[in-house]
Amino acid sequence: MERKDVTDHTHSDISLRVNDVTHQLRVDNRTTLLDAVREGVGHTGPKKGCDHGQCGACTVLLDGRRVVSCLTLAVAAQGAEITTVEGLAGDGALRPIQEAFVRLDGFQCGYCTSGQLCSAVGMLAEHEAGWPSAVTTDVSPDHPAPELDAGEVRERMSGNLCRCGAYPSIVRAVLETAAREEVAR
Amino acid sequence: MREFAYQRATRVRDALEAGHDGGRYLGGGTNLVDLMKYGVEAPARLVDVRFLPLDGVRVTPDGGLVIGATTTNSDAAAHPEVRRRFPALSQAVLAGASGQLRNMATVGGNLLQRTRCAYFTDSAQRCNKRVPGSGCAAIAGEHHNHAVLGWSEHCVATHPSDMAVALAAFDAVVHHESLEGAGETPLSEFYLPVGDTPSRETALTPGALITSVTLPGSAVLPRSRYRKVRERASYAFATVSVAAALDLHDGLVRDTRIALGGVASRPWRALAAEEALRGGPATAERFLAAADAALADAEPLRDNGYKVTLARNLITAVLTGLAEESDR
Repeated sequence: MERKDVTDHTHSDISLRVNDVTHQLRVDNRTTLLDAVREGVGHTGPKKGCDHGQCGACTVLLDGRRVVSCLTLAVAAQGAEITTVEGLAGDGALRPIQEAFVRLDGFQCGYCTSGQLCSAVGMLAEHEAGWPSAVTTDVSPDHPAPELDAGEVRERMSGNLCRCGAYPSIVRAVLETAAREEVAR
Repeated sequence: MREFAYQRATRVRDALEAGHDGGRYLGGGTNLVDLMKYGVEAPARLVDVRFLPLDGVRVTPDGGLVIGATTTNSDAAAHPEVRRRFPALSQAVLAGASGQLRNMATVGGNLLQRTRCAYFTDSAQRCNKRVPGSGCAAIAGEHHNHAVLGWSEHCVATHPSDMAVALAAFDAVVHHESLEGAGETPLSEFYLPVGDTPSRETALTPGALITSVTLPGSAVLPRSRYRKVRERASYAFATVSVAAALDLHDGLVRDTRIALGGVASRPWRALAAEEALRGGPATAERFLAAADAALADAEPLRDNGYKVTLARNLITAVLTGLAEESDR
């Protein structure tokens, strides 16, 4: 079924903008953003865990929003600003969330960490924008956004699995970073 | 994965022309791309619809909403007018998937997602939905999370969407377009009964594109809530879920909406339960009677009778909670 009904092209010349650098790549349309970033661009920060959108190890930011790169097609990510864990730290200085993960032991083996970090950055921005979560008691827009507590962080970060079970430290690192960003504002 | 062509459409007409002969529309891809990896879906062409001018939420003159088909789940859930008018819809969307997936998934794609029945996803298994006529491995197999209402001997799979359950409760209408023209289908008729054709899931004709979902102002009730029971606290599909809305006046039920998720091949609107409640007092006994009415036709499989009890308790608990909130 034949390839004869496939009249259009199955490969594409794309430009991917990753961490403020544009890369020209020729990809099979089946290539995921995850594979394109790891193998085409050479940034191995995003990790392949389940490759089915269930573990979050491949999380990157796409136009500032967290997504799983294993279910994003590279060809569909053209035109977007992609940020991987390599792009979180500016000028060699760690982002507060990265520094908090180091100081509070937010990881053990580290495989899920790049996804956790990108997810946390996206999640803090979502909270800052006033988005409710599934554990927010009242989603009315007339009430102030829910304050982050451990329950809110656990719910909002539930798309990132950690087989080492570093969750308590991850929750602490996210809460501490949220508090510091609050003070900074 | 089978090779495919990719086309990005920026006008609806272009999308329809690219989609009408075997193309598939790509929204967030959270379900379609995954099923392509499993070999369950094998389109020859993907038509990326995320850049069509179909996103956003706006209030209609009757006080309802239009939600564009390419609006992401995140944007729909966070939208102030969704949260103000249909809180149960916002809660339902937030109860589904993870933050990452909600940022990708679109409202149109959410309606068209496929069942998470493991036999459907596994090409080595018999499945009438995947390969018509091959049989159903779930009926005699691992089916503790399958349907208790509206199933047939050909398929016992459930519809996985949380969002669609709230949309069903709120009388949603699905708007779609094809090369033949535009049309609209009430959500109550959008999902086809399973019957002997479980592979035919919706009333959409081949090549039709969902353009928006509308919710009527008449479905805006003072209180609404979505509650989902699942096997872990977050990031899991529903075992049973309930979307309900309640309008109480002087202790009497002026109006109500009730729909169930996780129990059937489609979101299950519980009209009999609503009828049982309208006009009567909002008491625990009547809530229980309404729940019994909702489940009167339930036919559990060997291993999922617990869902009937769970649904009954959940309906009662959600209605009781809404009534208590109304009193405050």
